[in-house]
Amino acid sequence: MEHKTKELNKSCHKIEFIPDIPKDAKKIVLVGNPNVGKSVFFQSLTGMYVDVSNFPGTTVDINYGKYNENYVIDTPGVYGVSSFNDEEIVARDVILNADVVINIVDALHMERDLFLTQQIIDMGKPIVIALNMMDEVRKNGIEIDIEKLSELLGVEIIPTIAIKNKGIVELKEAITRARLGNRDESLLDEMEAYRSIISQYSEALLILEDDEEILRRYNITKPVSRERIYRNRREYIDNIINRVTIETNKGISFVTRLSRYMLYPLTGIPILIAVLYLMYQFIGVFVAQTIVDITEGIIMGNFYLNFIKGIFEGFLSSDSILGTILIGEFGLLTMVPIYIIGLLLPLVIGFYFLLSIMEDTGYLPRVATLVDRSLTKIGLNGKAIIPMILGFGCVTMATITTRILGSRRERVIATALLGLTIPCSAQLGVIAGLIAPLGLKYLVLYILTITIVFVLSGTVLNRFLPGKSSSLLIDLPSLRLPKAKNIAQKTFTKAWMFLKEAAPLFMLGSFVITIMQITGLLDGVQNIFAPITEAWLKLPKEAATAFIMGIIRRDFGAAGLTSLALTPMQTIISLIVITLFVPCIAAILVIFKERSWQESIGIWLGSFIIAFLVGGILAQILL
Amino acid sequence: MTLDKVQKGQQIQIQKIADSSLRDQIIRLGIYEGAKVICAEKIGGGPVIIKNRMQEIAIGDGLAKKINIEII
Repeated sequence: MEHKTKELNKSCHKIEFIPDIPKDAKKIVLVGNPNVGKSVFFQSLTGMYVDVSNFPGTTVDINYGKYNENYVIDTPGVYGVSSFNDEEIVARDVILNADVVINIVDALHMERDLFLTQQIIDMGKPIVIALNMMDEVRKNGIEIDIEKLSELLGVEIIPTIAIKNKGIVELKEAITRARLGNRDESLLDEMEAYRSIISQYSEALLILEDDEEILRRYNITKPVSRERIYRNRREYIDNIINRVTIETNKGISFVTRLSRYMLYPLTGIPILIAVLYLMYQFIGVFVAQTIVDITEGIIMGNFYLNFIKGIFEGFLSSDSILGTILIGEFGLLTMVPIYIIGLLLPLVIGFYFLLSIMEDTGYLPRVATLVDRSLTKIGLNGKAIIPMILGFGCVTMATITTRILGSRRERVIATALLGLTIPCSAQLGVIAGLIAPLGLKYLVLYILTITIVFVLSGTVLNRFLPGKSSSLLIDLPSLRLPKAKNIAQKTFTKAWMFLKEAAPLFMLGSFVITIMQITGLLDGVQNIFAPITEAWLKLPKEAATAFIMGIIRRDFGAAGLTSLALTPMQTIISLIVITLFVPCIAAILVIFKERSWQESIGIWLGSFIIAFLVGGILAQILL
Repeated sequence: MTLDKVQKGQQIQIQKIADSSLRDQIIRLGIYEGAKVICAEKIGGGPVIIKNRMQEIAIGDGLAKKINIEII
C-alpha cells in the first residue's frame, strides 16, 4: 500500500509526518539503537497490519500500524536523538510527536543503549523499557539487577527475549503504565525558559543540545551546551550501569572468537572470499540464470509479451509512432515491465535478501572494518563496501545506497566507480558466458584490467576532488543468527522502495530511447561510432550496435556481442569496453537524481572516454 | 600518544578527542574523554577496535589520529 506524504513544512510548527493517523489517536513510538530487535516488537504489536511510509525529504521509510485504538510507529535505529544523519532526523521528529515511547534496550549493550534511554527521559516523554536479549546476558556471564535499574531510571522495565516471544505480553500490559522517568533536574529550568516559544515541550531539550534544525525552526541562537549535557548524561549512565551489573566473566565465547576471525585480515579475507563466492552462486548463477530464465524468458518475455501484443495489435500497428512507444522494441508496455518484473525484481529481491542477512547477523560492519584500510586509498572508508557489493546486483540500486556514505566527496567517488567498473548481475551473467569458453588467460586479463581501472580511477578522483573524506566509525554489534521473518520483511520493504524509485525513471528512459529510434537519432549515433569501433578498437563495425544497446540495458550490450564473429582477444576487449561503458539508462537517471548535473555529466562522459581509451590501448597493444 | 599507535590488548584511557562532531557522536557509544577502554584488535595500518564492556567500535585510522590516549 502506498501513502503519499506531505512535504515537511518547516515554517509550520506541527509536523504532519503520517497523514493517515487520526489526530486524536495515541501514538506509541518504538525507539532503540540499531540491531536491538525492534522490528520483532513492531510485528508482535501490530500483527499483520503494517504500512510503510516514506519520510518526507529522506529515503528513510517508517513502518506504522494499528494496535487496538492506537497507532504503533517504528523508527530507524539510532544512537541518540539529534540530527547527525537522515535516520536520526526521521527518528527525532517521530519521537517528538510520540505520546508514549517503548524503548527497546539491548541488555548486552546497555552502556550504548541507555544513553538514548536517558535522553528520552530527559525529553519528558512517558516511557516503558523492554530490556531485550536477556538470554544472551546470562550466556555472557553478566547479571543485571533489573529492579534496581528500574528504580534508578524511574520507569518500568520488562525483561524480554523477543525472538522467543518472551515478555511480549507483559510489555503490552505495561504500555498503559508508561511514565516519566527520573529526569536530569539541572535541565528543567533551562528547558522551561523555552516553553513559551515552542510547540512541543520535548523540543526544549533538543534546543539545549544544539540541534541545528530545531534551532533554525524557531530562530533561536545556539546555546552551545550539547557537550556539557552529553557529558553529564554519559557519566550518569555509566554510574547507573556500574551499580546494576555484575560481570562473572566466563572467558571468550565462540562467537567472540568468530568475530575476531572476521576482522583479522589473515582469516577475514578468506572468510570474505567464501561469502562472496556463495553470494555469486546464489545471485549470479541461481537467480540471474535459473530464476530469470523463468521470470524473464518464459513468464514475461513469452506469456506476458504475447498477451499484451494480442490486446494491442488488433487496433494499433506496432510500426506506428504510438505503437512503437507502447509496444515497440523499447515500449512502455513491453520492455519496461519485462525488464522490471522479469529481470530486475528477482535480482533486487535476491540481493536485498543477502544484504539483510549480512546486516542482521552483524557481518556487514565487520566487512567494512576489514576493508577500511584499502578503501581509504581511493578516498572512501570501509562503509563504501556496501554499495560496491550491491553494485554487482544492480548498479541502479547501489547508486541509491551511496547515500549512506559520510560526505558528498565519497558519494561522488563511489557513484563514479560503480558506474564505471562494477558490472551488474544481469551483465555479469552474459560476460561469464562469453569468457568461460576462452580459458583462464582471458579471464585474468579481464579481471586485471577492470581492477586496474577501478584502482586508478579511485586514486585519481581521490587526488583531485576537493574536500576531505570521512573516516570509519562503526559500531560492531554482537554476531547473531538472523530471524527469517525479519529478513523477509526487510527484503520486501527495500525491494519495493527500490522499484518505486527506479521504475518511473526506467519508463522515462525507454521513452527517450524510443523517441531517438523514431527520429533516427539512434542510427545517427551508431554511425558516429563506426570509425572508432573499426580503426581504434579493431572490432567489426557491428560491435557499435552492442555498445549502443549497452546504454539501454547493460546485458543487452554484452548479449549483442554473442552474434558477432570475434577472435578471443576481440571478445575480451569488447567485454572490457562494454563493462566500463556508460551505466544503463535507469542507473544514469538515478545518478542524475542523486548527484548534481555537472557531476552526473562528468561521470557519464568519463565512463565513455575511459571505456574507449582503455579498450583502444589494449587493442593497439594486443591485436 | 594517539589512538592509532595503540597495540592489541592494551588498556587505555581517552585523554582528548580533537574533533567536536566526533566527540558528540562517540560519547553516545560510551567513548569520551576520561573513559577507560581496551584495544580489542588492531588491523595493521587500518582501524582500531576498542572495547568497553561488551560494546565494540571500529575507528578508522584518520579518526584514531585525532584521539589522544594514555596507556594504563
